[in-house]
Amino acid sequence: MTQTSKTINRRHFLKSSGGVAFFIGISGILPQLMSCSDTKVLAKQIEKHKLTAWVQLTKDGQIIIYNPAAEMGQGSMTALPVLFAEEMDADWSKVNVEFSPQNSDVYGSPGWSPGSKLMFTVGSRTTNSYYQLMRKAGAQARYILVYSAAKHWGVNISELSTAESLVTHNKTNKSISYADLIPFLEMPANPSDLSEVNLKDPAEFKLIGKEIPRTEIPSKVDGTAQFAIDLQLPGMVYGVLERGNLHGAKPTLINEKEILEQDGIVKIVPFEYAIGIIANSLEKALQLKKMLKIEWSDAQASGFNSDEVFTEYEKIAAGGNTEKAIVEKGNIKKALGSAARIYEADYKNDYVYHAQMEPLNAVIKVAEDKNSAEVWVGSQQGPDTKLGVPDILGIPPENVTVHLQYLGGGFGRRSMNDFVEECAYLAKEMAPQPVKLIWTREDDLTYGAYRPMSLQRLQVATDKNGEITGFSHCVVGDGGHLVAGGVRNDYYDIPNQFAEWRKASHGIRLKHWRSVGHAPNKFAIECMLDDIAKSQKLDPVALRRKLMKNSPKALATLEKVVEISGWEDPPIAGRAKGMAFAEHGSFGTGVCEISVDATTGKINVHRFWIALNAGVIVQPDNVKAQMEGGVIMGISSSLQEKISIMDGKIQQSNFNDYKLLRMNDSPESIEVALLKSTETPEGVGETATPMVAGAIANAFLALTGKTLRHLPFTQERVLEALNS
Amino acid sequence: MASFTLNVNNSDHKVDVPEGTALLWVIREHLGLMGTKYGCGIAQCGVCTIHIDGNPMRACVLAVDNFSQGQKIVTIEGLSEDGTHPLQKAWIAAQAPQCGYCQSGQIMQAAALLEKNPSPSTEEIKSEMNGILCRCGTYLRVIKAVKMAAESKLTNVKRS
Repeated sequence: MTQTSKTINRRHFLKSSGGVAFFIGISGILPQLMSCSDTKVLAKQIEKHKLTAWVQLTKDGQIIIYNPAAEMGQGSMTALPVLFAEEMDADWSKVNVEFSPQNSDVYGSPGWSPGSKLMFTVGSRTTNSYYQLMRKAGAQARYILVYSAAKHWGVNISELSTAESLVTHNKTNKSISYADLIPFLEMPANPSDLSEVNLKDPAEFKLIGKEIPRTEIPSKVDGTAQFAIDLQLPGMVYGVLERGNLHGAKPTLINEKEILEQDGIVKIVPFEYAIGIIANSLEKALQLKKMLKIEWSDAQASGFNSDEVFTEYEKIAAGGNTEKAIVEKGNIKKALGSAARIYEADYKNDYVYHAQMEPLNAVIKVAEDKNSAEVWVGSQQGPDTKLGVPDILGIPPENVTVHLQYLGGGFGRRSMNDFVEECAYLAKEMAPQPVKLIWTREDDLTYGAYRPMSLQRLQVATDKNGEITGFSHCVVGDGGHLVAGGVRNDYYDIPNQFAEWRKASHGIRLKHWRSVGHAPNKFAIECMLDDIAKSQKLDPVALRRKLMKNSPKALATLEKVVEISGWEDPPIAGRAKGMAFAEHGSFGTGVCEISVDATTGKINVHRFWIALNAGVIVQPDNVKAQMEGGVIMGISSSLQEKISIMDGKIQQSNFNDYKLLRMNDSPESIEVALLKSTETPEGVGETATPMVAGAIANAFLALTGKTLRHLPFTQERVLEALNS
Repeated sequence: MASFTLNVNNSDHKVDVPEGTALLWVIREHLGLMGTKYGCGIAQCGVCTIHIDGNPMRACVLAVDNFSQGQKIVTIEGLSEDGTHPLQKAWIAAQAPQCGYCQSGQIMQAAALLEKNPSPSTEEIKSEMNGILCRCGTYLRVIKAVKMAAESKLTNVKRS
């Protein structure tokens, strides 16, 4: 419980006596430096001036740096503070990291769109969007220290240097630690000195690019890392919802009286799409949930069968209307019309589920007067930093405090805060008692928000020399960007390109899923290239070399992966290699080596190699971990994950019938080469996953001469392909 | 409601819960030992793995009723005094966790494995650990960490 109370007060640093907090403004806000001696005054100052507080320095040399992003295993708790500490020249061994308050005016990233400030851990954009901001804030902290040392010693600021929390006067070899400077801290007379601080040249980096262990990992090996589901508050009650298995259906509870007579029941809370139960213990809440007798209405999804709808999709691809043209380059009609040969194929994918290991949950306490609330949640945050809670409670956003907890996986699911809103409704009913809302795994899966099914119809024109002159990519499915993301071919030199989305709609809940539309669309594109290469009797590398001739950085990833994967070596008997290129912020080429059990149809992925260009690599080992995880999630979803829907009802319910890849089926090795770059870091969380399906299918083509064009490559589908 | 006395991490705890309550909810919500996680409730994911008399078991499918006769229950909080079990050190050295949610289960399963097989092969590790799911895809680092821990344990035995 001690950890709970520590987490509850994110601003406890304000109370530490003798410390100094740097409140350094960004983008036009004047910087201020304040003593921590009067915490009330300081707290008021923060609110009044909307200043940002990135770092606290204490007299014993400890440095607390605040992380504004969600930590879901991707390493933000280390990457962003490393950027700050690099420019501050902080002694990393003395750095502690805490989550910043959830206040986007102060801690939001301007990296989304000009003038905006968001706290939103999505799209693999955290390191990219905070790269300049964190470094500048760190450099400003350093400047204040150096300025203060110059004043203290009466020397010129240009004569001072810093390293590892120490300011040194080079001429006299005099040094003072950052901690010892606390009594002498002074704000620069000219605030523009702060807004114009210089950032280091990448060649000078001492922390960025080095192997620095992740700060939060020790708490993840002894059970102390706190996820929202772990929170306990005095007087807390437990909420669960029964949402049925038909998305959008409306419930009628037919045994309300019986439920209300049970031990432990606190309240029944009806929702438009669910029946909520509040009980005085979790076991009671779960027991009562099972007792509910509910009649469900029909919904838009009624009558929808996911396995049958591809025939409709094929008709839409052949004769439907363009909902949105995404890429229009050159003249695709002319290219197809004058082609010496047209390659055409359809690629399909089924619904997949996020399956983050921590089921959705939240804890909310609404004050007795219902005028304020505290929220404990593992969320990827959102455009609304208060996650929809103020509207539900009818109170101003500033009256809602969000305490961000570690996320037991996100993968896009936790950027949809429906579970937080549900908990707010329950907590409003129960004020001032706190409510812990838990989704069971069945709730999480059945009422999921999936990566949509889709069909990709590709038509590729080649001229008389076999050169690819036109590339047409039609995506059919529900969800717009969710199905159409990743259709661009910016690294391939193809003069005429057209990509479009054609709409379908089924009333099934959908959401961004790691790499979003990139996985199905890169699968289609990369398989099509290998089909063409095979037809032209070209090595897949040779074809891609031609396409990448004007993208030297992409080409370098191809050449590197050819080298590390031993692409040109003779294959191990019974195995073959396949490759795929993908970009999602960062870009790279992946190669896998597979074998196939011809009697069962089981594909085994033995080894995987990736060569990646991600700009400046902030944490090399962590980038590798992201590649490893992305590959394994890619194999899992490419080989065995499938949500099926019959008459609108979700057919899977838990990990017994929705099978994730297990350790036995993971590859022997995943080798990653990181290419050197001094450009701004690009996201690495979603670049590996979309390489996987294409690389596997291309290896399958090399091994068997057969094509796999429907994700996932279940054993039945593999056998079907082998026997075709 | 019924009263049960459980021996968890070498001390006795009395709880009042309905008969048949899952041991997982007792450990988490009643005893406040939050390192053991809920993932599926049907013994499919293994993130709730604890030791009962030294054997790795899934707390989500065990009824509390059957474990109040002096069985020794150990959770991640009881694996070591201060987080310095060889597996915990190896997990940090290998930088194994990502989101971390499954890792208590992984470590508890691995600890039981090393107790009965101090020097497991890769295949033995995979076979024994296969019941614990990790959505972040940390499997290769988990295997590496188990091997590192096994090696360090052997080294320590030789030295002592």
